Amino acid sequence: MKLTRRHTLMLAAGSAVAAMLPMRASAAAEEAIAAFTGGAEVGSGGITLTAPEIAENGNTVPIAVDAPGAEAIMILAMGNPTPGVATFNFGPLAAAQSGSTRIRLAGTQDVVAIARMPDGSFVQASQEVKVTIGGCGG
Amino acid sequence: MISRRDFLQASMAASAIVGGSGFGNWGRLAAQQALSQEQLLQFDTFGNVSLIHITDIHAQLKPIWFREPEINLGVGANKGQVPHITGADFRKAYGIADGSPSHYALTYDDFAALGKTYGKMGGMDRCATVINSIRAERPDALLLDGGDTWHGSYTCYQTEGQDVVNVMNLLKPDAMTFHWEFTLGSDRVRDIVADLPFAALGQNIFDAEWDEPAEDFAPYKFFERGGVKIAVIGQAFPYMPIANPGWMFPEYSFGIRDQRMQEMVDEVRGQGAELVVCLSHNGFDVDKKMASRVTGIDVILSGHTHDALPEPALVGETIIVASGSNGKFVSRVDLDVREGRMMGFRHKLIPIFSDVIAPDPEVAAAIDAERAPFADAMSEVIGKTADDTVLFRRGNFNGSWDDVICEALIQERDADISMSPGVRWGPSMMPGQEITREDIWNVTSMTYPNAYRTEMTGEFIHTILEDVADNLFNPDPYYQQGGDMVRVGGLGYRIDITKPIGERITNMTLLKSGDAIDPAKSYVVAGWASVNEGTEGPPIWDVVENHIRNLGTVAATENTSVEVVGG
Repeated sequence: MKLTRRHTLMLAAGSAVAAMLPMRASAAAEEAIAAFTGGAEVGSGGITLTAPEIAENGNTVPIAVDAPGAEAIMILAMGNPTPGVATFNFGPLAAAQSGSTRIRLAGTQDVVAIARMPDGSFVQASQEVKVTIGGCGG
Repeated sequence: MISRRDFLQASMAASAIVGGSGFGNWGRLAAQQALSQEQLLQFDTFGNVSLIHITDIHAQLKPIWFREPEINLGVGANKGQVPHITGADFRKAYGIADGSPSHYALTYDDFAALGKTYGKMGGMDRCATVINSIRAERPDALLLDGGDTWHGSYTCYQTEGQDVVNVMNLLKPDAMTFHWEFTLGSDRVRDIVADLPFAALGQNIFDAEWDEPAEDFAPYKFFERGGVKIAVIGQAFPYMPIANPGWMFPEYSFGIRDQRMQEMVDEVRGQGAELVVCLSHNGFDVDKKMASRVTGIDVILSGHTHDALPEPALVGETIIVASGSNGKFVSRVDLDVREGRMMGFRHKLIPIFSDVIAPDPEVAAAIDAERAPFADAMSEVIGKTADDTVLFRRGNFNGSWDDVICEALIQERDADISMSPGVRWGPSMMPGQEITREDIWNVTSMTYPNAYRTEMTGEFIHTILEDVADNLFNPDPYYQQGGDMVRVGGLGYRIDITKPIGERITNMTLLKSGDAIDPAKSYVVAGWASVNEGTEGPPIWDVVENHIRNLGTVAATENTSVEVVGG
């Protein structure tokens, strides 16, 4: 059988199959959170995470986070083999405590952002981002 | 003092039962054999603003047969809620008499028999008559096109959408949003949009590289009508690069982006908008959720999922209007806007019975002129339907048209299994009807038609079915992609729609042998409408045409190979 471009694409899609089921948080993700928070309780509110519900391209997913007043914000892709994405640190002269980047997602999973506030408390926001084969719409 | 919400609910009740313009009246009119254009158009003009909504025309310029779905399952909070009720349940919910014109127009059963009485529906020349009649009563009514307009027919494909653009321009829309239009390719879309004499809107159309609003499409447009400052915000189909081939419009990114929708609503309110209308191609369940999360939208004109609803749905203080597809319906919504807010409405879903509503002569002539160069090719008879066969597509799972296409793929491409996309467009065919080339193109026309033939493992086929099922049955509408289930030939399976992804599809069986599908074994699969660039194979319309020519007469048999539970 001659390997056409189509077949290559299908094979490539096939190799991504194992990643289709929603990916659970890895132990590495839990460890990263513990290291960032020192085991402190994490609340909610005061932090906004913007991410697509369904990724247009799992290899480059635009996300943005905004936590007014935060000292630092850590972003995690909970199901990636290496869950750490970035930690933004804000100095006292920072005009805004927000950031945006693009991340690669190995499959459908939660993206989590945790902010450390000046009083030592932590807040978090999370959103599931679905990575799909696509097609058949409409 | 009566609250605004009470006002809306009182209006809602009025929209259902209001005198001569009421929905339930069609049935009585039919019983008296008195269905007339005058009665279909009768409407007591209300308030100070009129909106006219038409959506998902799919390039059907001429009247068509279109059978509404039998299976349209809702999941999560939407289980059993409109539009996820069909047939007798739908008629009961809206007080529609059995055998009435509205039974025929809005539900699936007895389709062939009722079609003989009530005839074809739609036709842009008939829609023009309705639109002109509304404008005669309210000259500054806004006409808003929800998109999926420049796609879906032989002539639309051959002219790259120009035939539909020319005809729609005669109807003088005020604004439009988009979905399948982008499958013409982004260069072609920009060419057309540059010359459009009306607004091309989409607050969620972004530049993919910079993740900033695309400059080619405005998020909203202001209109001053009846002394009211109206903002119309566009919402294009959110999952364009996922559901359709992203490589055809790589510059653009979409998404629901309801945070930006809220910003746009706040922005237009800040600029003095007294009425905020969202012209949406989200699909009905996504619009319901968006209405619950974004505050300040008065009216959502909802497209994409092809639902035709005789009454608006009310979410918070937002009314959601769904106007069907293929030119079968035009919605008229009259609004009373005072003191900077919507105080009440009157609504009518106007059915376009093509034998009752006179065609507008100018638009009829324009449609014929667009079709003339292709008339010979389109009218060639390829086969006919059997005397007991209705061909249709619409529904969550295989329709009889899909079964014909899937069988064509297996026969013509020598495959074990075939797959056909779960799109919601494609008109129906009646028993004993000649099948022309145009009819075949009406259910297959698209810009990525190649019928591929490849090998897939049982495991990969399972993955595809699970993936598509989750795009339809995920309990959160924001995670649904908006298509129906992929249609399959040569394969049986069981689906439990209440289960999570990975657990819905079981009992996959190769029909020709009766054996269970082996995850490790490879099967020859033929399909079409792949979103991958460089897909090879003959166009699907040639595959289907050869198959129907060989058959001569197409007879549909009941398809029992998909077992659905949890509905």
